[in-house]
Amino acid sequence: MNSERSIVGKNVRKVDGIKLVTGRPAFTDDIHIPGMLCGKILPSPHAHARIKRIDTRKAKALPGVHAVLTYKDVPRVPHTTAGQTWPEPSPYDTYLLDSKVRFVGDRVAAVAAESRAIAEEALRLIEVDYEILPAVLDMEHAMDRGAPVIHDEKDSKGIHDASRNLAAYILREIGSTEEGFRESELVIEREFRTQRQQHCPLEPHITISWLDSDNRLVIRSSTQVPYHARRQVAMILQIPVQRVHVIKPRIGGGFGGKQEMLLEDMCGALTLATRRPVKIEYTREEEFYMARSRHPQILRIKMGVKRDGTLMANEMTVLATTGAYGSHADTVQGNTGSKVLPIYRTPNMRFECHVVYTNTPVAGAFRGYGCPQGYFAQESVMDEIAHELGMDPIELRRKNMIRAGDLDQLSAELGEGKKGLPRLIRSCGLPQCLDRGAAAIDWESKRKVGPNGVRPLGERGSPLRRGVGMACSMQGSGIAGIDWASALLKMNEDGSFNLQVGASDVGTGADTVLAQIAAETLGVATDKIIVCSSDTDFTPFDVGAYASSTTIISGGAVKKAAEKVREQILSVASKMLDEPADNLTCRDNQVVTKCECRKSVTIADVALHAMYKEKLQIMDGASHFNTDSPPPFCAQFAEVEVDTETGRIRVLNLVTAVDLGLAINPMQAEGQAEGAVAQSLGYALSEEMMLDDSGRMVNPSFRDYKIFTAKDMPNITTILVETEEPLGPYGAKSIAEVPINAPAPAVANAIYHAIGVRFRKLPIRPEDVLRALREKAGLPHR
Amino acid sequence: MKTMEIRLKVNGESKQWSIAPGDLLLDVLRREGYFGVKRGCERGECGACTVLVNDKAINSCVMFAAQAEGCEVITIEGLARGDELDPVQEAFLDHGAVQCGYCTPGMILNAKALLTRCPHPTEEQVRDLLAGNYCRCTGYRKPVEAVLAAAQAGDRRNKAKKSTRSAGATRP
Repeated sequence: MNSERSIVGKNVRKVDGIKLVTGRPAFTDDIHIPGMLCGKILPSPHAHARIKRIDTRKAKALPGVHAVLTYKDVPRVPHTTAGQTWPEPSPYDTYLLDSKVRFVGDRVAAVAAESRAIAEEALRLIEVDYEILPAVLDMEHAMDRGAPVIHDEKDSKGIHDASRNLAAYILREIGSTEEGFRESELVIEREFRTQRQQHCPLEPHITISWLDSDNRLVIRSSTQVPYHARRQVAMILQIPVQRVHVIKPRIGGGFGGKQEMLLEDMCGALTLATRRPVKIEYTREEEFYMARSRHPQILRIKMGVKRDGTLMANEMTVLATTGAYGSHADTVQGNTGSKVLPIYRTPNMRFECHVVYTNTPVAGAFRGYGCPQGYFAQESVMDEIAHELGMDPIELRRKNMIRAGDLDQLSAELGEGKKGLPRLIRSCGLPQCLDRGAAAIDWESKRKVGPNGVRPLGERGSPLRRGVGMACSMQGSGIAGIDWASALLKMNEDGSFNLQVGASDVGTGADTVLAQIAAETLGVATDKIIVCSSDTDFTPFDVGAYASSTTIISGGAVKKAAEKVREQILSVASKMLDEPADNLTCRDNQVVTKCECRKSVTIADVALHAMYKEKLQIMDGASHFNTDSPPPFCAQFAEVEVDTETGRIRVLNLVTAVDLGLAINPMQAEGQAEGAVAQSLGYALSEEMMLDDSGRMVNPSFRDYKIFTAKDMPNITTILVETEEPLGPYGAKSIAEVPINAPAPAVANAIYHAIGVRFRKLPIRPEDVLRALREKAGLPHR
Repeated sequence: MKTMEIRLKVNGESKQWSIAPGDLLLDVLRREGYFGVKRGCERGECGACTVLVNDKAINSCVMFAAQAEGCEVITIEGLARGDELDPVQEAFLDHGAVQCGYCTPGMILNAKALLTRCPHPTEEQVRDLLAGNYCRCTGYRKPVEAVLAAAQAGDRRNKAKKSTRSAGATRP
């Protein structure tokens, strides 16, 4: 199949590449608008407080200040910042500005001024008297009797139980785990803890808004969800959707953080208040604690197996915190169950989760969306089971893994905040991922070690110990029955096409992949496709860039639209060539006959003929959704070296073998996998938002919050295992998220192989290693 | 507000700008329309604002504009000659080293400075260098490959341009 295709499956250069490598103005901030004001938000210095008095007179009197907004000046509309399909499954517990603040960094007031310096000075001049309330910082005490209630306001909606700080609660069971554990011959139960990780896009959140000459509010923003942002802004500012125009330019990385509508509403409010263009951008520090993060979780997992390795029961019990607001509270945690447990055929599964509010920075969508936490726990226990049974960890997975033809019932139980749809596995390359990944890391020989699979001490006299470990994961490709997209395609008189899509390329290469799909379907070169994406006035609806949906869902819409346009092209060409349309096909920028007669006409001539002879604009559009979310699969292998004297962990090799369906653009797909690996290694070993005992983040800078650099990265290998997914355009599934799930457990398992110590808390730091080694040797803590 | 005049060359053009003494080079360059200079952290940590000052890569967020008096500044906008991209830019495109593109100008300029003083760097040298350019998208393998490929292509600068399809990035 693949060889018949000339565009999809090829390493086409990014369609937006040249402007990016030459630094042409392409990002949100790359415009000057005369009269533009600088907006700044006053962050709360307290984790939990009521605003008793707020006096803005001095700030307003400062020359150059054009507006100061407090909760008294803006509509009070409960909403969620989660940019999700309406009606959102996240609780409506957030207000543009409120008389109560719920975390250090919460919005107290906003100003618009002639310059950043004036705006910052104005913030200092706002006088606020706070009634400081007791705060809940520890998620394990959020539901305690008598704990301070974080959302005691009356008008929030959709909170599971506000009086207990319980944002969301999930319980689903398939079969009976109780029964399953009874039938098991080995049961292992463990607790895992994961930390707050920040997305760290190189471009912090930024929004510029202005009123156009028709008095419509234009919002140019670093968003993954322009259409959701438009709907949310209209609701919050109480203006018709019709009056809002959202534009997404190039985006400097999102990773889920820009699925949150964080600045668009405030910037719009300042523009409405001043009637001037306003820009708000987070500083790096603000991005850390005022934007969003990965939900921290405490996971208890209990797995039961027969002696032969057959999984009988899998029970996961999670306590998570969503921070001060419930953005993605239910759905991220739902994923921790629905996209993690079903990777293994288990007759009895149970997933229970409490998601609590705390007075801490807000969590939200983050690449992997609940799976990195779940897989860290599950894949660590799988390794332990294999060890206990004396089985090779790969064999244990092979024995239990889900396969093509299986029906994943847990997905039916755990939809987006409600019942979902059962997931039929139509394509599964996990067996090949295991084989090819194991070969690439040289699993057989590197695992050949002493009894019990624990590597005896390394080189004689050396403090360095090496080990290898592995882990598996899956994800989804779009949200079944919810995510949908549309595309418009219009032919120009030179045989080029305008492709208009609501899909949001946030640096992922989506525009390129969609152009390739259009070009392949139309039989033209990719450079004949002019992509216009993510502008609510000029492109049709798309839910946006999340849930690994763009290639499969937006790509599906593009393919349908292109097929319709191709039909119109063939119909015009049929008249020009005097051949029936079904004897014609498009390829190499031409319409050619399928038979031996080899008649042809160029696409450009068809376009010219259609426009000026037939008076016909060749154009069409299509919408697309799927009722199923085909999972991509991934097996990841890590080789580590642990220095037993310093505790330093060095990852030497990291192999990713990923089944993504067909790779529309293999080079870009590899890039997605490798970027995910870098983020996951940070999650495993270095990244953590640290809060002090007043709830203030103590390390909001790149110096103190350590992400991986080129020098920290191991040798990484990416193996694309291609399968043909019937639900995807040209067989494609997805790639963006799945490779972020398993590196952390693979590294933890490799560390165990190296030094015989299990780490169940992330990140795993040198001091943790030293402490554990001392404990193991029976030495006292230092 | 107190202002001062500075004279400098940017991408070969002589400029005379009126600035405030405390203005950062990053802010002045962006104000003057050099939008390829990116704001990432404003603390000299991420490298997104990298420009070349007298052939040396510096973080323009921690340099006063006044310090650029009399200097030759090269921004990403000054690297291509008309439509002819620099070999580093070509290599970044061919190797899939660009994802969101926000860190890309800084990486390319930093690589350019390296290749000027060390035309045939080792992978380790490239990784040492790019450690100053944070990237959250690529995992760094492709940018490192691109710089190494650009070093090789540097000698062939004037030869015919590559086809739009990638030559070196497919993997078994």
